[in-house]
This record gives sequence, C-alpha cells and structure tokens, in this order.
Amino acid sequence: MLWVDKYRPNSLEKLDYHENITKQLKALTQLNDFPHIIFYGPPGAGKKTRINCVLKELFGSGVEKMKTIQKEYQTPSGRKIDLNLVVSNYHIELNPGQVTTQDRVIIQNVIKEIAQTQQIDSTAQKRFKVVLLNEADHLSKDAQHALRRTMEKYSANLRLILCCDNTSKIISPIQSRCLLLRISAPEEKDIVNILNQVASKEGIKLPQKFAYTIANKSNRNLRRALLMLETARVQQYPFSEDQNVILPDWEVYIKNLTNMILQEQSPERALQVRGKLYELITHCIPPTLIIKTLAIELAQNVDNQLKGRIFQEAAKYEANLQKGNKAIFHIEAFVIKVMAIYKKYIIDMTKF
Amino acid sequence: MDLMLGKNKKSTKDKDDGKIELWVEKYRPKNMDEVSSQEEVVKVLRKTMETKNLPHLLFYGPPGTGKTSTILALARELYGPELMKSRVLELNASDDRGIDVIREKVKNFSRLAVSQNTNGNSSCPPYKIVILDEADSMTNDAQTALRRTMEISSKVTRFCLICNYVSRIIDPLTSRCAKFRFKSLGKESMKSRLEEICKCENIPYTDEALNELINVSEGDMRKSITYLQSASQLSKIEGSLTPNMVFELAGVIPNEIVDQVINVWVKGTSDEKMTMANNIILSGYSVSKLLLQINKRLVENVEFSSKIKCYMVKYLGKAEKALVEGADEKLQLLSLLYSEIHS
Ligand SMILES: Nc1ncnc2c1ncn2[C@@H]1O[C@H](COP(=O)(O)OP(=O)(O)OP(=O)(O)O)[C@@H](O)[C@H]1O
Ligand SMILES: Nc1ncnc2c1ncn2[C@@H]1O[C@H](COP(=O)(O)OP(=O)(O)OP(=O)(O)O)[C@@H](O)[C@H]1O
Ligand SMILES: [Mg+2]
Ligand SMILES: [Mg+2]
Repeated sequence: MLWVDKYRPNSLEKLDYHENITKQLKALTQLNDFPHIIFYGPPGAGKKTRINCVLKELFGSGVEKMKTIQKEYQTPSGRKIDLNLVVSNYHIELNPGQVTTQDRVIIQNVIKEIAQTQQIDSTAQKRFKVVLLNEADHLSKDAQHALRRTMEKYSANLRLILCCDNTSKIISPIQSRCLLLRISAPEEKDIVNILNQVASKEGIKLPQKFAYTIANKSNRNLRRALLMLETARVQQYPFSEDQNVILPDWEVYIKNLTNMILQEQSPERALQVRGKLYELITHCIPPTLIIKTLAIELAQNVDNQLKGRIFQEAAKYEANLQKGNKAIFHIEAFVIKVMAIYKKYIIDMTKF
Repeated sequence: MDLMLGKNKKSTKDKDDGKIELWVEKYRPKNMDEVSSQEEVVKVLRKTMETKNLPHLLFYGPPGTGKTSTILALARELYGPELMKSRVLELNASDDRGIDVIREKVKNFSRLAVSQNTNGNSSCPPYKIVILDEADSMTNDAQTALRRTMEISSKVTRFCLICNYVSRIIDPLTSRCAKFRFKSLGKESMKSRLEEICKCENIPYTDEALNELINVSEGDMRKSITYLQSASQLSKIEGSLTPNMVFELAGVIPNEIVDQVINVWVKGTSDEKMTMANNIILSGYSVSKLLLQINKRLVENVEFSSKIKCYMVKYLGKAEKALVEGADEKLQLLSLLYSEIHS
C-alpha cells in the first residue's frame, strides 16, 4: 500500500491541520440537521480525506464497508450506459469524470433512486443517505441543474456532498443550496510535520532540511509530498540533507519543452515541440495543466518584461481551448505565439 | 409575522422524533402572504386569481427569491393541499424533459383533468397547472415543442415557467405568458424573516452578525437561511453567532487579502505577483469571487485615479468572462495581475 493510503487519517480526531474546520465539521455532524456541503480547495489539500472522516462520524464504521455495483441506465435516446458505482449502506459515490457526456441522466437516476428509498438500517444514526459527487466542477451545467430541485424535494432522505477544486464552475443556484467549506492547502510546516510522522512510523530517519525541500517542491500539495518522500526512500536511503527531490516525469518533460522553445524559434523546432505535446496528451496529462505548467516554466526563464505577455497569451489560448474540441491546436498556437514574441524580443535586444 | 411562523414552533419542540429538517424547507412560505418582499408580484397574482382565468405564467429572477415557493403556495391556495396532488404537475430539471417526454406527460396529465370532479368545491378552478421549474435548462428544441403542447392543452391546463434567466427562454414562449420578475430580497425583509427564525429556533445572535449574514447573502433568502442554520450549529460551540463565523461560512475573502491583491496588481514586482497568484489558488479562494470583491473594493477606493480604475475594471471584466466560459482560474489570475495598467 502506498504511504498516501496507508497513513490517511480515518476519523475526525486523527485529522492533522485546519483544526478549526475539523471542529466545525464535528459540530455539524452532532445534530440532526446536517446541510448539503461543498468541499473545495486545491488538489492534495485533504478534501477527500476529510469527507470520509465526516461520513464515518455520521454513520459509524459501517460506511467503510463499500462495494462496487454495476448499474445500467438508459438515455432518452435509448442508449445504454454501464456504470460502476461505489456504495455502502449509507452512501453512494459518483465520479462524473467516468460519464461526462451523459452525466445528467446518471445524476437524475441515481439521485432519485437513492432519494426515494429511506435509510433501510433502522439503527442508523441518521435518516438520510449521502450522495458524494467527486470532481463536482466537472459536472455539466445540465447535470447541475438536475440537482437543484432534487436537493430540496428529497431533503428528508438525502444529503449531497460535493467535492471540487474550485467553486467557479458550480452554478449559483447550487451554491445557494449548500454550505461552502474551503479547504486550503496545508502550510509547508504542516507538511513537514506530517512527513515527520510518516517517517517515524516507517522507522526511517528524515533530515529536516530534506523534509523542508520536499514540502517546498510539493507546492503545498500533501499527496505529492508524501509520494515524493516515498519515491526518495526507494531512490536513496539513508537520506542525505541535500538529496534531490524527484519530480514527476511529465513535469520534467515540460521543463525540457520549455528549454526547446527558448533555445530555438523556427518551424522545425515548432514541429518537434508538437510531437512532444502529442506525447503528453496521449499520456493523459490534461491540456489545461500542460499549458499552465508550460506558461509558468517559460515565465520563470525569461526577462521580467516578457512574463506578462506570456501569461496573457496562455490565458487566452487556454480559454479558447475550453471552447474548442481539439486541445492540441490551442496549445500549439500558444507555443508558436511565444516563439514569435521571444524571437522578436531577442532581435530587438541585439539591435541596441 | 409571528403568527405565520407559529405553526412551525411545534415541530421544534418535539425535536427528538429524529426528523432531519433543513430550515430552508421548514420555513418555506406556506401561503402567498408569507412570501417576503415580492409584494408587487403577489398583488398582481391575487388579482389574476380572482378573475378565474389564470394566464400562463412566467416567473423569473435570481436564486432563492421565492419563485418555486410562490407557485407552490398559489397552487395550494387554489386547490387546497389534497386536491393539489392531482391537479398540479411539477416538472423540473431533474426530470427528463426531452421533447417527447414533455408532450406525453402533459398530454396524459391534462386528459385526466376533465374527468375529475371538484369534490363539490365550487371555487375550485376548472384547470390544472403544469409547473416547469428551472425552465432555462431546457433545450431550445424542447421549448419549441412545448409551444405547441401549450396551445393544444390550454383549455384545461395552465403553464407556469420558472427560470433564473428570462433570456434563455425562447420568444414564442415568453410572449404567451404573463411575466413576473422576482427581485433580490431587500435587507429589511430579509432581516425580519431571519429574526423570526432565530426566535423560533432559540438562537442567540447579535445585530451585527445578522447584518453580515444579510450582506453576504446578496438578496438570496435561501442562502441566508442555509448559512444561518450552519452558523447556529457552530455558535453552539463558540457561544453566539459572530460576523467572522458568517464570513468564513460564506466563503467571503477577507478585505485585507483583497486589498493586498489590488496593491500587488498595481505596484507589485514580478515575483510578488507570482507569489500572490500562487497563494490565492492554494488558499482555495474562488477567483471569480475575488474578481467581484476587487470590483466592489475599487468602487470605494480613493487612492487610484479613475483612469487607472477604468483599466482595472476592463481587465476584471475580461477575466470574469473567460472564467464563466470555463477558463483556468490560475492562468486568468496571473494574466490579470501581470496586465499593464497605464497611469
Ligand atoms: N488532515 C490530514 N492529516 C494527515 N494527512 C492527510 C490529511 N488530509 C490528507 N492527508 C493525506 O494527504 C493525501 C491527499 O489527501 P486527499 O486525497 O484527501 O486530497 P484531496 O484534497 O482530495 O486531493 P485531490 O483534489 O487531488 O483529489 C491523503 O492520501 C492523506 O494521506
Ligand atoms: N420571498 C421569500 N420569502 C420568504 N422565504 C423565501 C423567499 N424566497 C426564498 N425563501 C426561502 O428560500 C427557500 C427557497 O426559495 P425558492 O425555492 O422559492 O427559491 P427560488 O426562487 O425558486 O430559487 P431557485 O431559482 O434557486 O430555484 C424557501 O424554502 C424559503 O425558505
Ligand atoms: Mg481527492
Ligand atoms: Mg426554484
């Protein structure tokens, strides 16, 4: 088992950091009137972990007995959709990512089904069941609209928990029906603290300087930090203070791309870059992440006066990418634009 | 006011029946007079109800202003709680509302209308009501089909379309309906409603906290009640309901942070901008909310020239639009902070 799973806290009492939120959650679970909640915050901030702890607080350890069931749903046009659902006696988990285009149908069916059935376990501490929607910001607008009245009509039997990176893509009528809980990324010192705990449980020695380097390189993403620590453990142990932190492959790859773009600006180079971009996309790195990482890397390696331009172009092409359906075109267009800007800049520089 | 919430008091006393209730539902207006702040709408609706010839209705307005509550209350007043079940068909976005489905459902529903008698209730209207809630999420095709259905069944059926954005309803439909705009609730009516609820639920509160609650709810009554309920639970640990509690619950970004962002945007170094963007994202703040708050803050700002503010507002608008269309929050924020502001 990976350390991220092995050392995942499984009750509210065991949660590290954001003590205030933990206290709030405890209070919310105490009484009968538990609200619909949206948990939001950056990746690896511990949203999912917290949600699981809340579920356990609400329903007891029975909620951890999850099984996967197969369901078949039919769209209005008669198409059949097979879906694997993760369920316990008390809740059901949906990942909209699995079913993007037909998520409305799924939401309609699953939620109505669960809302219309009362809690069967009469000893249950709560009368309602929970529907947990992961990546709720990936839900289509249609699917979100489908939630609105359901959340009101079936509020005696059903609570929704939505989990997402940010609330921008959640329509306001849904936000108006939920309690918003912001889970910010842990501070570097919190991460160091957790790295130390894990190290001591594993019985390994972790030099503090190295712990801080990991926390820093993780960009306050706890999952990433734990993975980095585990990778480093495999790579070289005992640790040295100045040991290198291994970055994920795709990031190294994008760093190299950045160098390629800044070293030479020509049609040939653009073609080579294109090949590399394809490579990234076929490895399922999300296009937005590619363009964002690329922009930030590029900005770090050019003069100050160019940074603004790069971010403006990146923002523009990424926004276009959301509207179009061939992501690669927009990333490529961005790269070519940056090459043009950079080339002009270099020529202007050498003129003087 | 006291009278109208009176009937709810009982249910709070016998709390241990294990019933889970959301206050938004518990305090949903039971009749049209309980609907706060929409006096104009209610007045005109009552007039139309008297004439016995209800037109098709279109309710529109922002979330949590009483649209769904009003139509349900109207139906209850027309038919009474029992008959209402057979006389009102509610179709919302959680129902399948494809072209054929609507046609079929409405046809079946209105066919039964004629055959049913009114239980000797002479004041009972001779038509049924179809509520199409959240109609703005219907496709244009479905709306076009609806137009025909409305015509065919209009002898025995009245339609009530409800939406947030009237512009998303096609013209041929809107022109067939009497339109009612629900406005955001005024501060005063929100306050008296919230005070009533606090009394019923026995929640200690300060005036200050209630005012903040109203500010952050932006005229959305549902939001304010949802926040009130959660805050009241938290106040049980911390003593009483405070403004800070309200801020945190509502996801409001503290003014200090908004001001820091504005400062870095106008005068910050490149490194400061990068760090700021990173911190905002890692804190989990919603960038669209941030943009709105910057905008509000700029209105009050006396330090910058109006020319600078003009530039800033223009950039804010651009980023806001991109975000609505699904663009990445961090890139939009970076692009904003690095945008050039000419003084
Ligand atoms: N409060 C906590 N105390 C200690 N460790 C934690 C805590 N929260 C999370 N973790 C650790 O961090 C890892 C990542 O957390 P989690 O999966 O909950 O993040 P997330 O916010 O859901 O991220 P993502 O949005 O990327 O899915 C977990 O596997 C767990 O090991
Ligand atoms: N005008 C109002 N007077 C009193 N309570 C209100 C009013 N508007 C909203 N509420 C409260 O908010 C809850 C939701 O209101 P309602 O469902 O009528 O909103 P809506 O206008 O239909 O919103 P949406 O556009 O999100 O569907 C009600 O149950 C009630 O508690
Ligand atoms: Mg997660
Ligand atoms: Mg409504």
